[in-house]
Amino acid sequence: MQLTIKVWRQKNNKTKGKFETHQLSNISPDMSFLEMIDVLNIQMIEAGQDPVAFDHDCREGICGTCSMYINGRPHGPHSGITTCLLHMRSFNDGDTIVIEPWRSAAFPVIKDLVVDRSAFDRIIAAGGFISVNTGNARDANSLPINKEDADASFAAAACIGCGACVAACPNGSAMLFTSANVTKLAKLPQGQPERYIRAKKMVEQMDKEGFGACSNHGACEVECPKEITLETIALMNRDYLTASLIENREG
Amino acid sequence: MALDAKIPGGVLAEKWTQYKSTIPLVNPANKRSLEIIVVGSGLAGASAAASLAEMGYKVKVFCFQDSPRRAHSIAAQGGINAAKNYQNDGDSVYRLFYDTIKGGDYRAREANVHRLAEVSSGIIDQCVAQGVPFAREYGGLLSNRSFGGTQVQRTFYAAGQTGQQLLLGAYSALERQIGYGNVTMLSRHEMLDIVKIDGKARGIIARDLVTGELERHFGHAVLLCTGGYGNVFYLSTNAMGSNVTAAWKAHKRGAYFGNPCFTQIHPTCIPVSGDHQSKLTLMSESLRNDGRIWVPKNLNETRPALSIPEEERDYYLERRYPAFGNLVPRDVASRAAKERCDAGYGVGTSKMAVYLDYADAIQRYGKQEATKLGENGASEARIRELGVEVVKAKYGNLFDMYKQITGENPYEVPMRIYPAVHYTMGGLWVDYNLMTTVPGLYALGEANFSDHGANRLGASALMQGLADGYFVIPYTIGAYLSTEIRTKAIPTTHEAFEEAENNVKNTLDQMLNIKGTKPVDYFHKALGRIMWDECGMSRNEAGLKQAITDIRALKEEFWQNVRIPGTSDELNPELEKAGRVADFIELGELMCIDALSRNESCGGHFREEYQTEEGEALRDDDNYAFVSAWEYLGDAGYALHKEELIYENIKIAQRSYK
Repeated sequence: MQLTIKVWRQKNNKTKGKFETHQLSNISPDMSFLEMIDVLNIQMIEAGQDPVAFDHDCREGICGTCSMYINGRPHGPHSGITTCLLHMRSFNDGDTIVIEPWRSAAFPVIKDLVVDRSAFDRIIAAGGFISVNTGNARDANSLPINKEDADASFAAAACIGCGACVAACPNGSAMLFTSANVTKLAKLPQGQPERYIRAKKMVEQMDKEGFGACSNHGACEVECPKEITLETIALMNRDYLTASLIENREG
Repeated sequence: MALDAKIPGGVLAEKWTQYKSTIPLVNPANKRSLEIIVVGSGLAGASAAASLAEMGYKVKVFCFQDSPRRAHSIAAQGGINAAKNYQNDGDSVYRLFYDTIKGGDYRAREANVHRLAEVSSGIIDQCVAQGVPFAREYGGLLSNRSFGGTQVQRTFYAAGQTGQQLLLGAYSALERQIGYGNVTMLSRHEMLDIVKIDGKARGIIARDLVTGELERHFGHAVLLCTGGYGNVFYLSTNAMGSNVTAAWKAHKRGAYFGNPCFTQIHPTCIPVSGDHQSKLTLMSESLRNDGRIWVPKNLNETRPALSIPEEERDYYLERRYPAFGNLVPRDVASRAAKERCDAGYGVGTSKMAVYLDYADAIQRYGKQEATKLGENGASEARIRELGVEVVKAKYGNLFDMYKQITGENPYEVPMRIYPAVHYTMGGLWVDYNLMTTVPGLYALGEANFSDHGANRLGASALMQGLADGYFVIPYTIGAYLSTEIRTKAIPTTHEAFEEAENNVKNTLDQMLNIKGTKPVDYFHKALGRIMWDECGMSRNEAGLKQAITDIRALKEEFWQNVRIPGTSDELNPELEKAGRVADFIELGELMCIDALSRNESCGGHFREEYQTEEGEALRDDDNYAFVSAWEYLGDAGYALHKEELIYENIKIAQRSYK
């Protein structure tokens, strides 16, 4: 395949970026998208140019590291997959492909396609856990959990923290990420003691990080590679509201 | 230096319990002034860091990824073993211990493996308490499945995402401690040297990968939880960033390397599709629960899989190993696939693949479901539909991933699979306390050599990583830190920090100044080819000797001709890769030296000269029942130290899965 690649280049977060155009030939349809970028980078290194920096690691769709806007969509044209699982057979010979980093105020660009997503870690640190020290647990089967709840928790826990939801959202909101991480614990009996305070703390941290507000646009759900649903946002909103009511009652 | 594994005395089953209650304690006030550095944030690192911080130690965690949640433990698919005996199928701590020793082909330490089996139950309890969503039955209790090398169902799982869910559990515990201020987290940081003062590990030199700045960090103890070195083969199921650098730097500072040649080649991976391939993808061993592996009986078969009738298929694992069938251990399954492909029976365009077939499982599950639903006269199509639903629920994400990567639908046609490098049993040599030969320097999880012998059983890596982090190091570190309570934090202006930082800086500058013609990947691929051909699934003397010569030549070429763009004071992924590949080249040589010195076959180490008439691995217990611990001697090469393996509780026997 012959391709024209228009890729975002930005030296660091202090300089302005721009698009750069490259021609690629001999791209196999069996290559993954990231392998295509590997080929581009080798070509650039051999030509004495600075290769494109991009985040990637497991290349099997689970670590959540890869993060690219491809032809205007996070993780490219298909639903339900990350960039690393996108293969060149999804493109046509002669195509022009535009590649950009996640764009969001809360995800500053570090270099080229690499952005800083540490805000997600801070949202988890604010409350995305069950407070149980090592050694405090009782026998695992002493707490039966009905399968429906366990499955719902698992579905929300599939979130890989890639940030596509934020990148897709016109407001740059992190509601889907945060609500997935609230929901996975709210659906379990172990998660009940801290349920409402957890939602409150995580939402407050999310707001502090500079993510935008949710306006029920729904792009996050469409672009989520793990198909997390908007229902998690509804649950988080309820839990957050409950937390405020409890606080008012106690205050 | 003589190796002392520090295995406690007493009866095997009581060693750990007795030892635990005699390890000196550190009082809470002293813990607050003791600093621990943890390098790596996977299952071992995150669980250790969280547990130690909960106990009151001051902890600093480093990872090269942008977040601790991305460590490669996240990609583990199939499950985690524990001797819970929830299935009432005769499981016990002893059986898990026995299966692991046998699975490792009698090259692991009895005391360590028994401890692992003992703490396995507690891991499941801890993870459930953290909210890890393990698979459950309709009654609300935990579900189990079978894995290779065992005849009980002791594997706990979360669909095909067990590693992810366990890591998110440990990560949430770690983030909780970060939020409380008990852990300082340094992401996008890579450890590039160990700092030793008076023979003890006292800190590290790390590079901030964003700014390129070199940093000095002091610790009373340093824990390396940096995973395995499968990427020495270039193509493996490891993540692109997985590397040996931290362990290798430690080795060069005096930590012995244990059994470096013990590598796990996993039988069920998606085959290589072309020269562009950058990594290989595992299809979980759990698929061997229900899938059947076969090749055509006829040489030069050209028909597609679905057109080959039942009687012309060779289910070679079921044929050769009737007792364990498709669930033989990984080393056995991998070699059997290689044997069929080498003999010319392979499938697909490359002929280097075998089929993993779900047609029978879909039928079987479909019929079961139809019966459950009372649909006695269900049509073939309906049975298939119901069967596909069950398979989807159990393995859906794996099937989807296969489809994404190959463009073929595994619900319709059998998957094509081939063995690929997956895990390294070898690693830094550690004693019973998980301490390396450098006082104060520990290795946990895949980074150490200790529990899996010459072959790891499926679902045991997650168990070991979490055992080391949650339940072993929090106790055993006390044996060392209780003697360190009077050691004040050493300022990083100390000359040892200076020396180590200069050492790192010089290496980086040297690499950048080569300005040769070939990109880093050229060297990595060349190394991978040598390692796969000569130190992979089967090895022989001549090939290993040639490999050592070739690797030395490659090393020379690297240091003369590598081209690294950019500078050291910016985000420079090529520079990061170059440092890792330089270390892999040196490790590759040591792996070949180790493989050459072990004149026997055991587990994943298959020397062609040593096999039974049936082509099974032929161990030599009289001469090789030891751990090879290699000491780095600089230009003088490596010195071999042997730790004898003493089996007091298990009768050592030829491993049979027939």
